[in-house]
Amino acid sequence: MCLGIPGRVAEFDDTNPHLAMVEVTGVRRRINVGLLEDEDLAVGDWVLIHVGFAMSRIDEEEADRALDGLRLMGSGFDEELAQLLETDPG
Amino acid sequence: MRFVDEYRDPELARSLARRVAERVDPQRHYKLMEVCGGHTHAIYRYGVQDYLPESIELVHGPGCPVCVIPMGRIDDATVIAEDHPEMILTCFGDLMRVPGGRGSFLDARARGADIRVVYSPLDALRLAVEHPERHVMFYAIGFETTAPSTALTLQRAKAERVNNFSVFCNHVTIIPAIKAILDSPDLRLDAFIGPGHVSTVIGNRPYEWIARNEGLPIVVAGFEPLDVLEAVAMIVDQLADGRAEVENQYARVVRDEGNPVALRAIADTMTLRPWFEWRGLGSINHSALQLSERYAEFDAELRFDVPGVRVADPKACQCGEVLKGVLKPWECKVFGTACTPETPIGTCMVSSEGACAAYYNFGKAARQRVELKVKA
Repeated sequence: MCLGIPGRVAEFDDTNPHLAMVEVTGVRRRINVGLLEDEDLAVGDWVLIHVGFAMSRIDEEEADRALDGLRLMGSGFDEELAQLLETDPG
Repeated sequence: MRFVDEYRDPELARSLARRVAERVDPQRHYKLMEVCGGHTHAIYRYGVQDYLPESIELVHGPGCPVCVIPMGRIDDATVIAEDHPEMILTCFGDLMRVPGGRGSFLDARARGADIRVVYSPLDALRLAVEHPERHVMFYAIGFETTAPSTALTLQRAKAERVNNFSVFCNHVTIIPAIKAILDSPDLRLDAFIGPGHVSTVIGNRPYEWIARNEGLPIVVAGFEPLDVLEAVAMIVDQLADGRAEVENQYARVVRDEGNPVALRAIADTMTLRPWFEWRGLGSINHSALQLSERYAEFDAELRFDVPGVRVADPKACQCGEVLKGVLKPWECKVFGTACTPETPIGTCMVSSEGACAAYYNFGKAARQRVELKVKA
């Protein structure tokens, strides 16, 4: 539950500035970026995602590290990633 | 050393281990507590303890949000769900197998209650929008890492006037739990490894009293095994130098001031409870959040009759002692025998972030099971 999954901002939602499409392990998924509204988030930026919300902005190196770490975590990560990719809170 | 090849930088891991070994006082025993389930998991998963001298003991605190929920709060939600046929109870997957006095949510679902796993509180809100004839209650759990997500969901529910949605709030706060641990006479600690993601929200300042008043070092750390090792090295340096400071090993993500947007969202939608019961730690003042008056219409505890069930943990279960760091998982009487991840008696065996589940899956016992299989 305390895991953060790294994703890369691909596109912002025209109708709601709190929503963005991110790419997570190659798959696109809509998330809420409202918690980073002060960060001037741009397309191409990396974020850590927690229960459907971008929690922190990170750099690419940190994203790589986080993903490697999560892959090694095994099943707990697989389940959370599958859930993230299956649902769309839009 | 186990898993050494899985470390991103094995040489760095070795050099951190050497740095720790050089600076420890061989006459001294060090107890370092981590208060984050992610750290507990990483410590066992990567065998971090194997890199450290025997005089350094890693103690696991109440950092797993599922683990600290008392059985009565599971029963309360079960009763609400079973008493209201229109109800869809939603929760994170970790929670489904947590045993209450009337069984788990999985058991209640088997009896006919509509209980569904969601990945995000926003998924619960969407379910409410899609099912206007039903009521959707979200069972919110988590420390300050997760509370902002519930807060933003509540703000959206209010803005969109989704009146068939409510939150059963069990968000807890880390600082009062640390205070309770330090006030407990059972355990004398030398330092804390601070929680990484909680700190992205609350920042580093709320920990200053630990250094100033308690005289203990605290180092906020990331989740890689290398992060945990480096935090231990920083703590041992502080102790060797006679310093007690708040240091930030995870500065690449955590800022001193935390995330002000998240803190404002929590302050808007939630307020501190007078007290909250924690599994193992008992009742702790101002240690949890309830919905603020502005969001009263979404507060499941005001909207429904909550029985306020209080259930004592099963006698055999020693989760409470494990959560306080007084007992190690393998010292519990039922660990690995009556209590396993398949048939958990206590919460620490349910969540993958719980100390018992992490130790069961990756600790010495798991290694021995594997060895036995290989020999057989």
